[in-house]
Amino acid sequence: MKSISELHLKTYIMIFFVVLFAPIGNVLLGKGMKVSVGEVNLHSATDVAQVALRALTSPFIWLGIGFLLLFFVSYLLVLSWADYSFVQPASASSFAVVALLGHFALKESISPAHWLGIIVICLGVLTVGNTHPRTTEHK
Amino acid sequence: MAWEAVLLLLIVVAGTSGELCVTRAMKTIGEVKDFRPAALFRVLVRAIQVPWMWLGIALMAIAFFSLLGALSVENVSFVVPVTALSYAAGALGGEFFLGERVSRRRWFGVLLVCVGVTLVFIGRK
Repeated sequence: MKSISELHLKTYIMIFFVVLFAPIGNVLLGKGMKVSVGEVNLHSATDVAQVALRALTSPFIWLGIGFLLLFFVSYLLVLSWADYSFVQPASASSFAVVALLGHFALKESISPAHWLGIIVICLGVLTVGNTHPRTTEHK
Repeated sequence: MAWEAVLLLLIVVAGTSGELCVTRAMKTIGEVKDFRPAALFRVLVRAIQVPWMWLGIALMAIAFFSLLGALSVENVSFVVPVTALSYAAGALGGEFFLGERVSRRRWFGVLLVCVGVTLVFIGRK
């Protein structure tokens, strides 16, 4: 019984990291592309080199890559013990994180259909979360 | 029209099978129990020696560039909500490729997530 709740706890903690790090990484990459890189026109090899140089010297891009790496490592770790069919739908709560961050931090307007989608996703995540995180045998 | 369908198919199928392969790689490593940095580093070093990991990463890269391609084409980005199907594909793959038991309750949750993600994409317009 104790090991079951421990498994649940570490699964929830890892999924929390997954749904937090992925949107932060994406937002930073997006900001880096807008702030540091600007509009991309790839007409010649020089253009490609310039875009690459601007991207690789942008602190936002590097910070974004760092967060996406953290996301990927958390994802790998949780998948070492939990079902993919548990982790994948549960990670969809990142849509809620993105909407809430956009609404409260960036003051973006979120359409009613978007909010409805978030609510339906959360209901789905709660339903999946009510199943056991690991259904396969293990050594 | 045909290659647009190919792009969407690649996003869903390559993306999901990539993640399934990566999961398979991590399952051969076994449950991670030691979370100290040195131990985590050893897990990652072992993970990149599993062929499934590289197959998975390659498939995920294909899906990523297909998504970039689809987003840049006006009449394809309109159908990008179709990628919500990845969740159904993931549950199927979990059941048949990884041997997970996807109960009726879990299927229902996956279905809700699919519907919700589609609504989010539509609502963003």
